[in-house]
Amino acid sequence: MYIVETCVSVQDVSKVFGEQKVLNKISLEIVNGEIFGLLGPSGAGKSTLVKQLAGLDNPTIGDNYVFQQKMPDLNLMKRIGYMAQADGLYEELSARENLEFFAKLYGLRGKRQFERIKEVMEVVALSDHVHKLVSNYSGGMKRRLSLAIALLHEPEMLILDEPTVGIDPVLRKSIWEAFYQLNKQGTTILVTTHVMDEAEKCDRLGLLRDGSLIAVGTPEELKGKSGSVSLEEVFLAYGGV
Amino acid sequence: MRILALAKRILQQLVRDKRTMALLIFAPILVLTMLHLVFNGDNYLPKIGFVEFPEAVTEQMDLSEVEIKTYEKGEIAKEELNARKIDAYLVFDQNSPSIILEGSDPSVNSAVIKWLQTKLTPMQGIAGGEEIDIHYLHGSSEMSSFDYFGPVLLGFFVFFFVFIIAGVSFIRERTTGTLERLLSTPIRKWEIVIGYVLGFGLFTMVQSTIIAWYAIYVLGMLMEGAFWHVLVIILFLAFTALTLGILISSFAQNELQMIQFIPIVVIPQIFFSGLFHLETISEWVS
Ligand SMILES: Nc1ncnc2c1ncn2[C@@H]1O[C@H](COP(=O)(O)OP(=O)(O)O)[C@@H](O)[C@H]1O
Ligand SMILES: [Mg+2]
Repeated sequence: MYIVETCVSVQDVSKVFGEQKVLNKISLEIVNGEIFGLLGPSGAGKSTLVKQLAGLDNPTIGDNYVFQQKMPDLNLMKRIGYMAQADGLYEELSARENLEFFAKLYGLRGKRQFERIKEVMEVVALSDHVHKLVSNYSGGMKRRLSLAIALLHEPEMLILDEPTVGIDPVLRKSIWEAFYQLNKQGTTILVTTHVMDEAEKCDRLGLLRDGSLIAVGTPEELKGKSGSVSLEEVFLAYGGV
Repeated sequence: MRILALAKRILQQLVRDKRTMALLIFAPILVLTMLHLVFNGDNYLPKIGFVEFPEAVTEQMDLSEVEIKTYEKGEIAKEELNARKIDAYLVFDQNSPSIILEGSDPSVNSAVIKWLQTKLTPMQGIAGGEEIDIHYLHGSSEMSSFDYFGPVLLGFFVFFFVFIIAGVSFIRERTTGTLERLLSTPIRKWEIVIGYVLGFGLFTMVQSTIIAWYAIYVLGMLMEGAFWHVLVIILFLAFTALTLGILISSFAQNELQMIQFIPIVVIPQIFFSGLFHLETISEWVS
């Protein structure tokens, strides 16, 4: 027996926007050091949930705990790296200027800042484009720069909202290699996706549909339980009920 | 048919967009109302002080359409003039009347002079027939409309551009997701606001210095007092515009909607800018 520490604990969380119930009584535990995938079709409420875990929004009912402390909390946010669905880059600035700006917000200065910028740009394979204006970047490059910014302050947990949208398969593979690398160093990763083959790469998955968490488990468990061979079938099996 | 379909679609879009609807109707109403209030107010009654005026003369004068105050001494009248309690005062010195105007507002000047010409000149036969001497405390008869409108426009431009730029850049921040990224870092919300004020404050300082310097030293706009006073006032104005711009931008979804706020937020400021006499504003407003 070994003790697994929970990193994220979502406790009976519901979220209502106006009349629309976007999250419906979600309870979920993510343990330290795993890659957890939140899989669901567009509009299922994935972004809504991860935004709360990144401290950007509050649940209507229920509580979210990250590192055993209640979110949102400014001190916890220093330990989380968040990459939103939108790139969130200043197009008028160069990649370096963007990185420097966000590095300063995390209190990285001087030599340390310089080194971190170099390291994260290597991780996302953009070292040759540091001085380019972001407006001259392609969609995939922007996505990777956005990821680089989320890695700057060496967060203990990464929250990535559809990180590989608009990125070609080759690059997607190299980005996932970067995730594995970070994961090996102990970073917990929460990633949302609507792409099934990407979900296969996660340690555990949560299937989200219309705001409800319909199943949680490793990809194999989910397939075994429903007697399906692919995750698509798993989704149909659970969603059909 | 296609034209009709297009027209219908445009109308549908307009009806959907409540903001544009409200703006198209509400803004003209607001601006027209303000124009009405300002221009249809009562005629301005000049406030004129009489210093050591012979009663024989005052009794014969037509004192309607003017507010009269009498003074024993010229100095007191001058003090009150300086404090803008009166617009002008008449001195009757050895039978030759002279008038001292406050002088910084051409429309008040002309109201006083008009009153003199219509009410006092007919009696000049009695008064001795001399021409009335006109003096100015501030400004002069040469003060041009530019001197009058210039400072207002100066302030207005600063206000207008800071408002727009600050508002639009804050909207950009929201729509491109950079604000969300900012909020996911340890930065506090008030730090974002202060950062904005600081960044734009510096920019505005340079901008307003150039504009004010140009207006005063190149175009020769009349200035009394020190140049840095002008800058301080413009800076305060810019901060107001900046914070208002940020506030208003939270009610707008995109740049266009920010522009749509100009008629209701910025243009009404003109009416309070000193260009128009709020003393003549319709009774019920004041
Ligand atoms: N701020 C908001 N106001 C109103 N509705 C929202 C808001 N954010 C998200 N929604 C709604 O919540 C639902 C789920 O959105 P989202 O979490 O972005 O889905 P996903 O990321 O899974 O595609 C959508 O129907 C969306 O319209
Ligand atoms: Mg989403």
